[in-house]
Amino acid sequence: MEKQVILSSKQFELTINRLCHQIIENHANFDETVLIGLQPRGVHVLDRLKTQLESILGRTITCGKLDITFYRDDFRRREKAIIPSVTNIDFVIENKQVILIDDVLFTGRTIRSGIDALMAFGRPEKVELLTLIDRRFTRHLPIQADYIGKSIDTLTTERVNVEWKEIEGTDQVVLYSQEAHG
Amino acid sequence: MDNLSVEHLIGIRDLTEKDIQIIFQTADSFKEVINRPIKKVPSLRDITIANLFFENSTRTRLSFELAQKRLSADIVNFSAASSSVKKGETLIDTVNNILSMKVDMVVMRHPNPGAAQFLSTKVKAKIVNAGDGTHEHPTQALLDSYSIREKLGDVAGRKVVIVGDILHSRVALSNIYCLQKLGAEVMVCGPTTLIPKHIEQLGVKVEHNLRKALNWCDVANMLRIQLERQDIKYFPSLREYSMQFGLDKALLDSLDKEIVVMHPGPINRGVEITSDVADSKQSIILNQVENGVAVRMAVIYLLASKIDR
Repeated sequence: MEKQVILSSKQFELTINRLCHQIIENHANFDETVLIGLQPRGVHVLDRLKTQLESILGRTITCGKLDITFYRDDFRRREKAIIPSVTNIDFVIENKQVILIDDVLFTGRTIRSGIDALMAFGRPEKVELLTLIDRRFTRHLPIQADYIGKSIDTLTTERVNVEWKEIEGTDQVVLYSQEAHG
Repeated sequence: MDNLSVEHLIGIRDLTEKDIQIIFQTADSFKEVINRPIKKVPSLRDITIANLFFENSTRTRLSFELAQKRLSADIVNFSAASSSVKKGETLIDTVNNILSMKVDMVVMRHPNPGAAQFLSTKVKAKIVNAGDGTHEHPTQALLDSYSIREKLGDVAGRKVVIVGDILHSRVALSNIYCLQKLGAEVMVCGPTTLIPKHIEQLGVKVEHNLRKALNWCDVANMLRIQLERQDIKYFPSLREYSMQFGLDKALLDSLDKEIVVMHPGPINRGVEITSDVADSKQSIILNQVENGVAVRMAVIYLLASKIDR
């Protein structure tokens, strides 16, 4: 496995900051806007954005967590059962502007499930997508993000990991690729 | 995360403690789902389930059916009263006929102990035992322990007394296995004639005095007297049973501590518990029913993920 850092700790912080300002640009009034992080890893992006946005705006932002396990399209195509995480949406999303948040946008299947799962809670006025990393040209479905931390070109065999200070010890994004043969 | 160690749910005896914890953890998520505005998820869209009830049932059947519908499975229902079983068809023939219509999972209740086990060796579908005679009723035990966990935080270390007709009760046997695997202490209480001989070998305490049993326990699970399974008289009269083993408000209030009261249903009000106890705040009978749907969703979901495609 070859390891390559795509976003260092410093760049990571700047990217989160920029994403916050982009959201503020489009959502002047946060009364009708809610942020929803996709379980499991999108929730970490959500937590960072929430803290940052609240310190910039000086007000609280409505946030929720959404688990998409039961909406996946690969149930029974996997070896093991997928044990779900917690969903916590304790507000009405009817007529709200929802920003779905995930860490890496790859095939788009997770987001498809996420939109389905979201609709079980009501009919939002608008749904946008924010992703910290967009792996371009790897999509299986016609899904694109509205807010992108960084776009990268990768092979499908490669793996992108977003690592967090709270869990892995450092804020960084790492690309793992198999070593070239011959 | 791992899946269950079993291919079918025949009895709690076959499960490991880890299996039970996986089921509970999954049920937590389904409990959240069934409290949403739209109480349905599409996980089992391509699964067909047959509910075969060779014995009467209201709660269990309704609960299974709701669980299946909330997982978006297709279902077919069958009850012995209105079927070819009456014309002399054997169990295997009935089930094989249903399976040749491409059914992936069978939920079965049957009056004969071991019917589910027998079926699981003969047909190619996942089997969920919804009660086989006086043997086991695994989903009931799971939802009972789940309800205790929800009410008291944890099952381990709790003292649970099962009161009533232990001899004819599949709920009692499944509950004993389930509670013990989760680390609870179990006592059975009832008239001598309704306690199976040598039941201490399962590691349970036996008590014939209800007041003593209640003073010992944290949770009392009051079972129904199963008159339909009793071929002879096991006690002089229902009234006498009720005087000695029925739980009323006066007895409940006279205890040193507040215990949790459970009942698997259907309740014979005034026999094993009085109405004021069944409707008191110490009773979690209706929580048990609600949790039943979530627990059954979890069992079906986890077994369905093992179906080969």
